[in-house]
Amino acid sequence: MTIQFNDETFRDDYSFYNSERAIKRFPFPFHEDNYMYSVNMEQHRGGPVDSVYEKRFDVDEHYVSEMRDRAEVLADDPLRCQSLPHMTLAGWDLLELIMVSKSEDYPDLFELHRDGDNWRWVNKPLGIDDSFVFLDETTLPYGPMEYITRQAQGDFCVLDQRDDNLWMDAGTVTTQADWSLDFDIGMNFFEWHAPVPLAHEKGIFVRALKFLLNIQQGAPARRLNWTMTVNPLLDTSPENYHKWGIQKTTVTPENIGSKQHLRVELQTFFRLPRSNALVFPIRCYLCSFQDLMTAPKWGRRLHRVIRDLPEELATYKGFIDNRPMILDYLSKFDDGLPTSDGIWPDLETEPALKT
Amino acid sequence: MSKFTFPTSIRSRPVYGTLEERDGSAHLLIADAHGAEAILDVATPLMMEKAHIIYIPKGEAFEDKLRALNPASFYAGPTYAAAEARIHKAFVDAKMGLQVYLTGTEGLIGQAQYAAMEAGIPHTAIQTEHRGSTARRMQCVHCKGITEDVETDPFVCSHCGLNLFVRDHYSRRRAAYQGVCIDAEDPGNVPQAKGIYE
Repeated sequence: MTIQFNDETFRDDYSFYNSERAIKRFPFPFHEDNYMYSVNMEQHRGGPVDSVYEKRFDVDEHYVSEMRDRAEVLADDPLRCQSLPHMTLAGWDLLELIMVSKSEDYPDLFELHRDGDNWRWVNKPLGIDDSFVFLDETTLPYGPMEYITRQAQGDFCVLDQRDDNLWMDAGTVTTQADWSLDFDIGMNFFEWHAPVPLAHEKGIFVRALKFLLNIQQGAPARRLNWTMTVNPLLDTSPENYHKWGIQKTTVTPENIGSKQHLRVELQTFFRLPRSNALVFPIRCYLCSFQDLMTAPKWGRRLHRVIRDLPEELATYKGFIDNRPMILDYLSKFDDGLPTSDGIWPDLETEPALKT
Repeated sequence: MSKFTFPTSIRSRPVYGTLEERDGSAHLLIADAHGAEAILDVATPLMMEKAHIIYIPKGEAFEDKLRALNPASFYAGPTYAAAEARIHKAFVDAKMGLQVYLTGTEGLIGQAQYAAMEAGIPHTAIQTEHRGSTARRMQCVHCKGITEDVETDPFVCSHCGLNLFVRDHYSRRRAAYQGVCIDAEDPGNVPQAKGIYE
């Protein structure tokens, strides 16, 4: 289907919205009524038609506005995009992966014409038509990673693999859940995850690393992660935390349904062919509580998950102070009925809320 | 007492050892303040024949004792920044088999370790030992400015003036810990500063 791109903002007046279609395909992250860390990896080989899993790089109604937001973040703070000198080849790998995937998966929106190393890339939604020489940096307006990630939703971490570890050696990070690429660049897998509570003790990162080191070309993987954000703010960076942190105090029982957003990351992992690097796209989806509550199953489940979440996790995810208000709101959408397994809303089969 | 046992912490936080003499084609020893004591402990006449000591006293009176070790080359300078060009040249000129010994404050060790890494010195040839002040070199995540020798949590960023809390999250490339605004969600509500390890 043809996508109607929203004209919206993720800052200031926050005109961001989800259409009914976007709500239905929202990647709700809880497959059961409780949550604890796990290495919840699966193959990234498509999924239900029109779900966020269907294509290699999901393009949705927020694409054009998200790319405008990214350009603004990079203009304000160029350090959000960095690539250590040895990562340029991986940047070309990433450019190829995204151009090939998007032109094959969305032929009405993107075209890639290749004649040897002479490539022409057409991005219709953003009005781009560039010809360049593959592997020749002088023929692009930015480095290859920056060029293509200015045209792809979600953050991109490009990880070098050496010494049985993964190293955060390049990335474009403007829609992050409160971590700094500029500070974490050059760190290994355990170091950049160091501030995460509980998961180290549970052996999560050791197992996750083992899995990721063995990802093969053509066999990408994926998982979901989540947090909460007040207002549909994409750039919840530590750099700007002194500016946006105060927004958490603007939530009231009256506005919580529209202000409080579940923030879900679709994380995917692709092996890159020339560099043997691993690219780790982190695609952020936002959905307001009131939109989520249109799926009775999600209302019931979100209440139970947030109610039973360990305090450390609610603190780490930054909503411990607002949790009582969040639970007051969500409890109205939990009638105690059982829920079906899995993340999908099951709108046809799940019962309506009992009042 | 110049030795301090750091509490266990998160995975990005550096850990330090105890210097020991190793066979090497040359020895580069970089220290500040009480780091001099670790050098005095590890130094041997044989090692000093091929040793270059770079020392930043920071008001401590160890310079004469270090000089008396009679290293092949000795330098004492007022600050790390003043010594930086010399340190950089020592790493760039290094030959295979150089052994590196870094000791003193975390700020000194971190900066010299990064300089060594940039010059391609293998990490297996670098030893570190913490001595003296437990003050930290902090980077403000907001303005990116570095504040040296931070002893309290929270502290005021010496560049942008925000009230920052002291994280254990550490970047080897920045040679600094991360400082994050403590009163962003409740401006003006800044707890009383206390020692980082109190």
